[in-house]
Amino acid sequence: MQTGKETIYNAEFRRRFENSNQPDWLKNLREKAFAYFTENNFPAVQSEEWKYTNVAPVAKENFQVADAANYTEAEIAPFVFDESKRSVLVFTNGNYNENLSNLEALGAAKILSFAEAATDENYAPIFQARLGSLVDSEKNGFTALNTAFIGEGVFFLVPKNVKIDAPVQFLFVTEDGKVSFPRILIVAEEFAEATFVETYVRSEETRYLTNTVVEVSISGEAKIKHYRVQRESHQAFHISTTAAEIHRGSVYDTTAITLGARLSRHDVGLTFNSEGGEAFVDGLYFLGGAQHHDTHSVIRHNVPNCTSHQTYKGILNDQSRGVFNGKVFVAVGASGTDGYQSNKNLLLSNEARVDTKPQLEIFNDDVKCSHGATVGQLEEEELFYLLSRGLNETLARNLLTYGFAEEIVDKISIESIKKQLDEAVLNRLNANLEA
Amino acid sequence: MLLEIKNLHAGIDGKEILKGLNLQINKGEVHAIMGPNGSGKSTLAKVLAGHPSYEITQGEVVYEGKDLLELEPDERARSGIFLAFQYPVEVPGVSNSQFLRLAYNEKMKHRGEEELDPLEFNDYMREKAKVVEMDKSFFNRSVNVGFSGGEKKRNEILQMAVLAPTLAVLDETDSGLDIDALRIVAEGVNKLRSADNAIILVTHYQRLLNYIEPDFVHVLANGKIVKEGGKELALELEEKGYDWVKSANAK
Repeated sequence: MQTGKETIYNAEFRRRFENSNQPDWLKNLREKAFAYFTENNFPAVQSEEWKYTNVAPVAKENFQVADAANYTEAEIAPFVFDESKRSVLVFTNGNYNENLSNLEALGAAKILSFAEAATDENYAPIFQARLGSLVDSEKNGFTALNTAFIGEGVFFLVPKNVKIDAPVQFLFVTEDGKVSFPRILIVAEEFAEATFVETYVRSEETRYLTNTVVEVSISGEAKIKHYRVQRESHQAFHISTTAAEIHRGSVYDTTAITLGARLSRHDVGLTFNSEGGEAFVDGLYFLGGAQHHDTHSVIRHNVPNCTSHQTYKGILNDQSRGVFNGKVFVAVGASGTDGYQSNKNLLLSNEARVDTKPQLEIFNDDVKCSHGATVGQLEEEELFYLLSRGLNETLARNLLTYGFAEEIVDKISIESIKKQLDEAVLNRLNANLEA
Repeated sequence: MLLEIKNLHAGIDGKEILKGLNLQINKGEVHAIMGPNGSGKSTLAKVLAGHPSYEITQGEVVYEGKDLLELEPDERARSGIFLAFQYPVEVPGVSNSQFLRLAYNEKMKHRGEEELDPLEFNDYMREKAKVVEMDKSFFNRSVNVGFSGGEKKRNEILQMAVLAPTLAVLDETDSGLDIDALRIVAEGVNKLRSADNAIILVTHYQRLLNYIEPDFVHVLANGKIVKEGGKELALELEEKGYDWVKSANAK
C-alpha cells in the first residue's frame, strides 16, 4: 500500500482543523495521529496483525468525511430498542445528534459532547486525561485517522454510586458514500453500574465506512455491561476498536454481535490494572455471502487475581471468511490469574473459511489458563438425535445452528435485543422454527 | 403384526454385528432384549432408528406393512418409531420445549392433524411431564445440557410421552440410574404402555424388568437371538449369568 502519499484525507484534515478553535492538547493529539497516518497509511497484509484481512478495498474508496446528517425521527425510531426509548444517543455520520437523542432516563449520568467536555471547568481535566489513554492513536492507520478526525463524540460519565437502570443505546447511522469517525469515552466511577449497547445499523444497501473508537474506564467495584450489535449494510466497511481498563473488584461484561458489513474488523482490548477484576468477553459472528469479519482480542492480566472468560463463536455460510485472533497475556507477578478463552466455528458451506489463533503468553506459574479453538460442521450425533425425533434434515440443521448462536445471544440481558437477534439469526437461516 | 425382522445382518465400519436376527412384535406387547456386552443389543436399537453409521447387509425389516429400511430416520420417527438413547445428546442453545414442540408438530403435520402453538403445547407438555415427575423448570433449559444422568433418562421418557410412539425402543434406559430414578422412569414407561403400542426394552440387567414386566424375553448373543421365553427367562438368566447362554449357543 502507498506510504506518505497525498490522500483525500490530507485536504480534509487541513480544511477542518488548521484554523479551528480547539484546545492545544486536542490539536496536538490530532496532529500527531494524522502524522502517523500520513506516514503509515492503512495497515497492509504484510503486517502480522492484518495478515488475514486485506483493507485495500477500503483505501481505494473515496469516502467523504461528513458532518452530522439530517435523519428524521421516523427514520431512526425502528432502530431504537424498546428498553432504550428514553436513553438513546444517536450519532449521524459519526457525530452526536442531540435532536434525535433522548436522555430522559439518564438524569443521573453526566453526558457531554466533546465540545462541551473540552471546555467544562469541572470535567475538562478528566476528559483530557482519559481521551486517547486506552486506545493508542498509533495502533494502526484506522485508530490514527479516527483520532485525527475526532468530531462531536460523547463523554459519558457514570458518577460514583450511581446505578443507571435503562440500557444506554448508542445508535450509529452513516450515509451513503461517507466515512464516519464515531468516538465515545465512557468513565464509570467507583460502585457505578450501567449497561451500554452500541448499535450500528444499515441504511439500505449503501457503501460507507464506519471507523469507530470506544474507550471504557472502569473504576473499583463498578459493574459495566457493554454490548455491541453490528448490523451495517452488507456493502459497507466497519472498523472498530474497543478498549477497557478494569480496576479493583469491578466487572466488565461485553458481548459483540457481528451480522453486517462487507468487511469488518473489531479490535477489543482489556487491561486489568488492579486486583480482583473480572471480565466476560463474548462474541458471535454470523456471516454469509462474501462477508469478511476479523476479531482481534487482547487481554492483559497485569496484576494478580483477575479473571477473564472469553467465548467467541462463528457461523459461516457461502463464501464468507472469518478471522479470530485472541491473545491473553499474563504478566510476571500476576499470580492467581484465571483465564479462559474459546473460539468455536461452524462452517455451513464448503467454501467458507476461518483462520483462528488463540494464544496464551504466560509469565507466571501460579495461574489457571486454558484455551481452545474448533472449526467444523454440525455434530453428526446431534443431528441424528433431532432426526430421530421426527425433525426433517433442514429443520434439524437449522435448529442446531440456531442453538449454536443462541449460546451467545442468550448472554444478552435485554429482551428486545435478544428477540431481534433471534429473528436475525432465523432470517439468515431462512428458517421458521415456530412451525 | 407391527414389526417383523427377518434374517437381519448389519454392522459398522465393515464389521458385522447382527448376524441373522429374527423378531416379531405385535401391538400391546413389551419385549425385552437382553444380552452380554457386544452381543448387538444397541446395534439393533440404532438400526431400527436408522442411524447412518450402520450398514444393513442382508435381511428385511417390515414395520406396519412397509419396508422400514427404505425410510430416513426422521420419516421413521414421524411414522411412530421412537428411540430412547442410551446416551442422550446435549443440544446447547435449544430449549426442551422448543425442540419438543417442533418434533410434535412435525409428527402432527405428517398425520394431517392439528399443530399446537407454543401456549397450547406448553399445557400439553406440562401434562406429559407428570408421567416422569419432571418439573417445568426443565422446559426452558437447553436440551440435556447440565442434566444429571437420571434427568437425561427422564427427559427421554418425557419425549416419548409427548411424541406417543407406536413402537418405542428403549436402549439401556436403566443404565446409570439410581433406584429412585429407575422407579420413576419405569413407572413412566408403564403409564405409556397400551394396547396400541409396543415397547422394546434393551437391557443388560434384569433389574429393570422388576419394574416393567415384559411379555417376552429374547436373549441376544453374538448377533443372534439364542434363547426366547417369558419374563421368567430373565430371572433364570440373572441367576445363571450370560455364560450360560454363551455356552448354550456354542453347543
